[in-house]
Amino acid sequence: MQTLLILGGGTAGTMIANKLSSRLARSDWRVIVVDKDDIHDYQPGYLFIPFGINTPEQVRRSMHTFLAEGVELVMGEVDVVEPDAKLVRLEGGREIGYDYLVIATGTTPRPDQTPGMLGDEWHKSVNEFYTFEGALALRDALRRFEGGRLVMHITELPIKCPVAPLEFVMLADDYLRERGLRERTEIVYVTPLDGAFTKPVASRELGHHLEQRHIQVEPDFMIESVDQERKVIVSYDEREVAYDLLVTVPLNMGADFVARSGLGDELNYVPVDKHTMRSTAYGTIFALGDAGNLPTSKAGSVAHFSVEIFVENFLQLVAGKPMTHSFDGHANCFVESGGGKALLLDFNYDTEPLTGTFPLPKVGPMSLLKESRANHLGKLAFRHIYWNILLPGRPMPLPAAMSMSGKNVE
Amino acid sequence: MPVTTIAGREIDVDAEGFLTKPEQWDEALAETLAANIGITLTDAHWVPIHFLRKDFETQKETATLRRVSTVGGIPVKELFALFPGKPAKKMSYIAGLQKPKGCV
Repeated sequence: MQTLLILGGGTAGTMIANKLSSRLARSDWRVIVVDKDDIHDYQPGYLFIPFGINTPEQVRRSMHTFLAEGVELVMGEVDVVEPDAKLVRLEGGREIGYDYLVIATGTTPRPDQTPGMLGDEWHKSVNEFYTFEGALALRDALRRFEGGRLVMHITELPIKCPVAPLEFVMLADDYLRERGLRERTEIVYVTPLDGAFTKPVASRELGHHLEQRHIQVEPDFMIESVDQERKVIVSYDEREVAYDLLVTVPLNMGADFVARSGLGDELNYVPVDKHTMRSTAYGTIFALGDAGNLPTSKAGSVAHFSVEIFVENFLQLVAGKPMTHSFDGHANCFVESGGGKALLLDFNYDTEPLTGTFPLPKVGPMSLLKESRANHLGKLAFRHIYWNILLPGRPMPLPAAMSMSGKNVE
Repeated sequence: MPVTTIAGREIDVDAEGFLTKPEQWDEALAETLAANIGITLTDAHWVPIHFLRKDFETQKETATLRRVSTVGGIPVKELFALFPGKPAKKMSYIAGLQKPKGCV
């Protein structure tokens, strides 16, 4: 009997458990998922909660109901992985041995890493929307907001869903206009990069979106601290940005047990081969979803496509064959732009986001790097696809590898 | 992608002048690139430049300021002093690497 142990029952962990439990012989394999609680959230929905587009109930489900029969779910906090002993210790002392380990414990916002970010005003005038609680607190803060300076701030890359802060300011522009508060509000986008858009084609196609909406950009801002009393964020080169309502993306880090186990980089991400998601240090360990250090976006679509590649490779590996499938860094991301429209990005390690149509040339129905109603409807529909097709591990009519079909090559 | 002549050599660059082929870089070129943006390289400048080059070999991505600070051991404030205003962009330009980028 062999054991596949999966740490984390989020998008990647659940998909892997479901896909592999049906394809590995029950008589030969145990598939175990470890998570700290029985909650599974549809994380793209967090962004919609502050604006009342999604309700809290729509984004939260029970984790165990999405795991296929035969997958064991163990509740517990991981204390440490002992890769040489092929053993995981949980807090409280329980030990689980494994033949292969998948680390899929994601990335977490860490406000504790920036002085002054946590404090009395946390989840009041200093907010975030990358947790369920944070999204609810921000919904309430926006309801109380009567105008002033709304500052969207990114601490440092990489972050989960790197387009979400852009979506937030465009949705906020829309929301405040509807409430008659836009004239009384300055919206500021603060980034450590040299602009809101950094890729050539996207900059050219999308640069006007923020200007048109009178959203100011404060580039090259490396935050040193938050001063909650004076309501300013302060950079290392002593610039200050004042806010009435701060929405920040705290530093993102992988799980602390990854560091304790000696398996992580400086942000607790597991260094992996970018085409197989296999640990560069241990052949029996893989990291999927946001937990690894793949040089592409930390996004649900990347989790989905890389899981497809991993599953095929894993079946070859355990059959004693070479792994022949290679992940290309494919990401496919909807970007809400307000007013019932959205943009769509499709890219990989080698190809930046381009214009064109998706998934089919000319007919689309979705358009790349361009606002459209069809893109917005695609994004809304995706929540149902996520719960009913993606998580259960049913086949999706979207190939894992990026296609150049429909893209305008420059 | 345009090709430009820097220090008597043909170099591939993007629209902003960042090298697109990191293998075309050497220390002599770095001196010229630095001079282009008004920086005279001192020993203190070379520490983060060498870190960026070495880090890129394994990571295949340009290190962020935080990574230069936590892994390379150079305080962020010092990076701002050495490369005023835009250290991430200026360091990567001199090191012959792409500037740190987002997904769009």
